[in-house]
Amino acid sequence: MQSESATQSSLLQEASLAKDLAAVVSGLHVYYGQRLALDNISLDVREKHVTALIGPSGCGKSTLLRCFNRLNDLIDDCHVQGQIRIFNRNIYHPDEDIVALRRQVGMVFQRPNPFPKSIFDNVAYGVRLQQKLSSRELREIVRWSLKAAALWDEVKDRLDESALQLSSGQQQRLVIARALAVKPKVLLLDEPASNLDPISMLKLEELINELKTNYTIIIVTHNMQQAARVSDYTAFIDQGRLIEMADTRSLFTHPQQKQTEDYITGRYG
Amino acid sequence: MSLKLNQHISREYNAELERIRSQVLRMGGLVESQLTQSVRALRKADTSLAVEVQNADGRINQLEVEIDAECTEIVARRQPAASDLRLIMGVSKIISDLERIGDEAKRIAKMTNTDLAGHLPEHMNMEIGYMADLARTMLHDVLDAFARLDADDALEIAQRDRQIDLKYESITRQLITYMVQDVKTIPTALAVMWAVRSLERIGDRAQNIAEHLIYLVRGEDVRHVPLDDLLQ
Ligand SMILES: Nc1ncnc2c1ncn2[C@@H]1O[C@H](COP(=O)(O)OP(=O)(O)OP(=O)(O)O)[C@@H](O)[C@H]1O
Ligand SMILES: [Mg+2]
Repeated sequence: MQSESATQSSLLQEASLAKDLAAVVSGLHVYYGQRLALDNISLDVREKHVTALIGPSGCGKSTLLRCFNRLNDLIDDCHVQGQIRIFNRNIYHPDEDIVALRRQVGMVFQRPNPFPKSIFDNVAYGVRLQQKLSSRELREIVRWSLKAAALWDEVKDRLDESALQLSSGQQQRLVIARALAVKPKVLLLDEPASNLDPISMLKLEELINELKTNYTIIIVTHNMQQAARVSDYTAFIDQGRLIEMADTRSLFTHPQQKQTEDYITGRYG
Repeated sequence: MSLKLNQHISREYNAELERIRSQVLRMGGLVESQLTQSVRALRKADTSLAVEVQNADGRINQLEVEIDAECTEIVARRQPAASDLRLIMGVSKIISDLERIGDEAKRIAKMTNTDLAGHLPEHMNMEIGYMADLARTMLHDVLDAFARLDADDALEIAQRDRQIDLKYESITRQLITYMVQDVKTIPTALAVMWAVRSLERIGDRAQNIAEHLIYLVRGEDVRHVPLDDLLQ
């Protein structure tokens, strides 16, 4: 069996000394009613790097992701214990400004959820709430976001049409564009590529790679090769516990825990 | 962490990895027998056996190509990770060392010459036999360790190369003495020199295989690390 404290790479420890951490999770427990969904998670997220969360369905990846911008607050009978510091601020402090937090920590959901509005308005939505811009400035942001999400060429001639008419792969890129438009510092991506064809998927990975020069990204993916390709650090979670976290290269070439090995090589547990 | 090939959810994948392993063992068995036969041919000046050895080398090369193609296919279709990835990478290095050992055996066979028979002093003949035994046992044992994916054994085997090197030095010294004492021995001594040089290289290759095996089982690259450090 596995020890209580999962291993973290020395690289991460060095990083924490260097204080370039975007988020620090310590002793996090999450309950849905009486049921424990996350069990004592502690991990560091390095700024301007990509951290991947992998693990079997139902292990708690989305639950963990939602903790980073307190989206679990919206779920009845979901209780969070422990601490998450983002840019050295305890986001579960009672005085935390949640609106500001969610602007700083953007989220792309597992199931694309476009608003029943035009393509343009979907992307402009958050920006409008946040600041007063000229229509030219707003158009520029929408164009930049759609381009960054590799959707621009497909929709540039029909920005006024309903977003609900887009294919699911297009909707997925649309919600990524929407998240990018408000320029968050941390971007949470929950299975962003699950509806994408291989080329769009590679474009998205390329985008993630570009974005990490300015943003911190936490990505949940079931695609192990994708985690191996895009992330700098990988955390393996199983049944609500952090089994192992390491730099992605070591985790995929010689994981320290048997459970990790079994999972990434497709063996029975 | 012990390495098990047969616990994938995909049974077809288990079978593919198992097949690669048994192919490597088959290739290894062939190489081992080539080595045995080439040394026998040399010591007994059996030229027809020597020709047989030279002709059989093609089969080893062919196996290397086949196994290599299977490794490439697994990489393309399965995207192996962790121990599976190390197995595939390790196997593709191991078979290249095996193929080179096959080449050295062929070289030893080529040195076989009827003239050798009369000219080789009996105790030199025994020395060569002893050195060949060291090399052959080392190869045999490393293949056996591979069959069991046993890194501890591989570490012990890797160190035996030193004994072969020492034997190589002592035999070459003696050969030089013969040549100095009697110029008529020069052609024979040179042929033997080439053959023991090949045996010495086989020891190096067997050590490489042991190191690849340690890497594929444990995930540590032990090449260029002094063996004494590893044993501590
Ligand atoms: N709103 C909720 N109410 C009650 N239980 C929930 C809720 N959301 C998630 N859970 C439970 O918490 C556990 C973790 O769920 P979570 O969605 O975080 O898993 P996941 O790792 O994201 O899985 P998947 O890969 O399938 O998306 C599961 O057992 C799930 O049933
Ligand atoms: Mg999920």
